[in-house]
Amino acid sequence: MADLATKGRWRDVDKLLSRPGNIISSGFEPSSTLREEIGEYVRVLVVGAGGLGCELLKDLALSGFKNIDVIDMDTIEVSNLNRQFLFRLQDVGKSKAEVAAKRVMERVSGVNIVPHFCRIEEKDIEFYNDFNIIVLGLDSIEARSYINSVACSFLEYDRDDNPLAETVKPMVDGGTEGFKGHARVILPGTTPCFECNIWLFPPQVKFPLCTLAETPRTAAHCIEYAHLIKWDEVHSGKPFDADDPEHMQWVYSEALKRAELFGITGVTYSLTQGVVKNIIPAIASTNAIVSAACALEALKIVSGCSKTLSNYLTYNGVEGTHIKVTDFVKDNDCLVCGPGTLIELDTSVTLSQFIELLGKHPGLQLSKPSVTHRGNNLYMQSPPILEEMTRPNLALRMFDLLGEVPKDTVHVSGASEKNGKKTSCSRKLRIVFKGVADMTVGMDTTGN
Amino acid sequence: MINLFKIKGQKREDAANAAGRAPIKKQSAGELRLHKDISELNLPKTTTISFPNGKDDLMNFEISIRPDEGYYLGGTFIFTFQVSPSYPHEPPKVKCKTKVYHPNIDLEGNVCLNILREDWKPVLNINTIIYGLNLLFSQPNDEDPLNHDAAAVLRDNPRMFEANVRRAMAGGYVGQIYFPRCI
Ligand SMILES: [Zn+2]
Repeated sequence: MADLATKGRWRDVDKLLSRPGNIISSGFEPSSTLREEIGEYVRVLVVGAGGLGCELLKDLALSGFKNIDVIDMDTIEVSNLNRQFLFRLQDVGKSKAEVAAKRVMERVSGVNIVPHFCRIEEKDIEFYNDFNIIVLGLDSIEARSYINSVACSFLEYDRDDNPLAETVKPMVDGGTEGFKGHARVILPGTTPCFECNIWLFPPQVKFPLCTLAETPRTAAHCIEYAHLIKWDEVHSGKPFDADDPEHMQWVYSEALKRAELFGITGVTYSLTQGVVKNIIPAIASTNAIVSAACALEALKIVSGCSKTLSNYLTYNGVEGTHIKVTDFVKDNDCLVCGPGTLIELDTSVTLSQFIELLGKHPGLQLSKPSVTHRGNNLYMQSPPILEEMTRPNLALRMFDLLGEVPKDTVHVSGASEKNGKKTSCSRKLRIVFKGVADMTVGMDTTGN
Repeated sequence: MINLFKIKGQKREDAANAAGRAPIKKQSAGELRLHKDISELNLPKTTTISFPNGKDDLMNFEISIRPDEGYYLGGTFIFTFQVSPSYPHEPPKVKCKTKVYHPNIDLEGNVCLNILREDWKPVLNINTIIYGLNLLFSQPNDEDPLNHDAAAVLRDNPRMFEANVRRAMAGGYVGQIYFPRCI
């Protein structure tokens, strides 16, 4: 019986992977062993083990992926159980990543899922480089932006500004909000990265503080009053932690008092959590649909069995079902994924000579540039206090300031001149030092 | 698509190479945008800026405003800025460190300035906020009160408001509340 189920389990995936087709990626080699090869060699990271993450782990495991890692810092709450179907009542309080990994491994034999019960920022960057593909099931812009910048930091370009294939870290990003969701494919250097069109995510609506303080009209106003104003008044200096249930309980009870005072109804504990953490009620079916789209894209990216989504799918189930795919364009000047401008320097060039050079560079014509390198501000034109602190660097060699590496990326902000018009801008620069041998992996550009 | 054959061969090699690489520190998109904002700062003559954590932490800084006109002439008011990696998607968190008798700033330092919350747009920048804060001192506004009492006095009795502001800035009580000297 179990044997039969296992046999049937792979029938459809194998059809996809073993037959030729017309809308395949170039280089697709259909084979009856392709699924097993993917299982053996591909390492996939799932970021998030919540509503979307549970679905993703199940879907990926059932699509032939066998080496999966999952990272999530959250623990299971009772309110998760309606949709985060890998969790049971007795799991409440345990790590989502750990329980999810265990449950999927119990059900899908041959799959190895390694859980990481921690924040995404706690892992060093090389951790992320070990994966061939990263699948995101997150609910925050900040976390997406972080993973995006990590994945794009591996990206390198050749002399003609073409991305080097072996440095591309593909991402598949899913997201859901109530009955709406999206799935997108990010191939850094080819399709837009998360920052290229961050405007897709409108800033979250924030109530004016004075409304909260003076004229609350809704339950959400009362909750934000307790969260943003009352908390500080009572807990002088102690930061509010949205992940601490005691803090949340305190905000809830204060919001309730405030609502009573103004005759407002509707303050509940779960609404309090929703408002404070900006959560929109999750719908299980939206997660399932978006996850299925993401898992399929992941399979397409690693196998080439079909062209990938280009590049942004939106799903709307509010009224009937509406699915649309939009081909967004990448921002060539994107500071995160763009190629930037290649600049070759002699090791003897000082920072001040470098700054002068930026003004003359035909593609840049950057006047008054400030220069930053991996979080170190090498030179700031303004304000005077920073100018003074960074001025000693001007006489130093760029080669030394960048830590004597053969090449690295720096960012500059300044005014650029185009058609006689000055506009302020930020630019990414790829610095390569002439005559310095490169021993790192990335420069493997000999064409093999 | 990913080249499976390459992956097979690369697996070991990668691990060996990664070991020799220095840990990479990276800047968030928010930090880069902030770098641009700060490098282009054009501070009004009332305002100075400082970076308590040194030149490499732009995400946390303080500004000090010394209004050169209006009720608050002569006072010095310190604001802390906390900028998140999601800047400019998210506005900076701004608090007034100086206890001030002001209709739009409460005693915990919360500031009611529209562009810090409901009207924030990613095209705005640090300069815009600094101008907005300066405006709060030249034109305190009784319509968006955070300090209800101060707003009522400003509306009903501007001369008494002026006297209260003076007393608070010199270090003293307004009603039950003590304000440390900030002149
Ligand atoms: Zn980009």
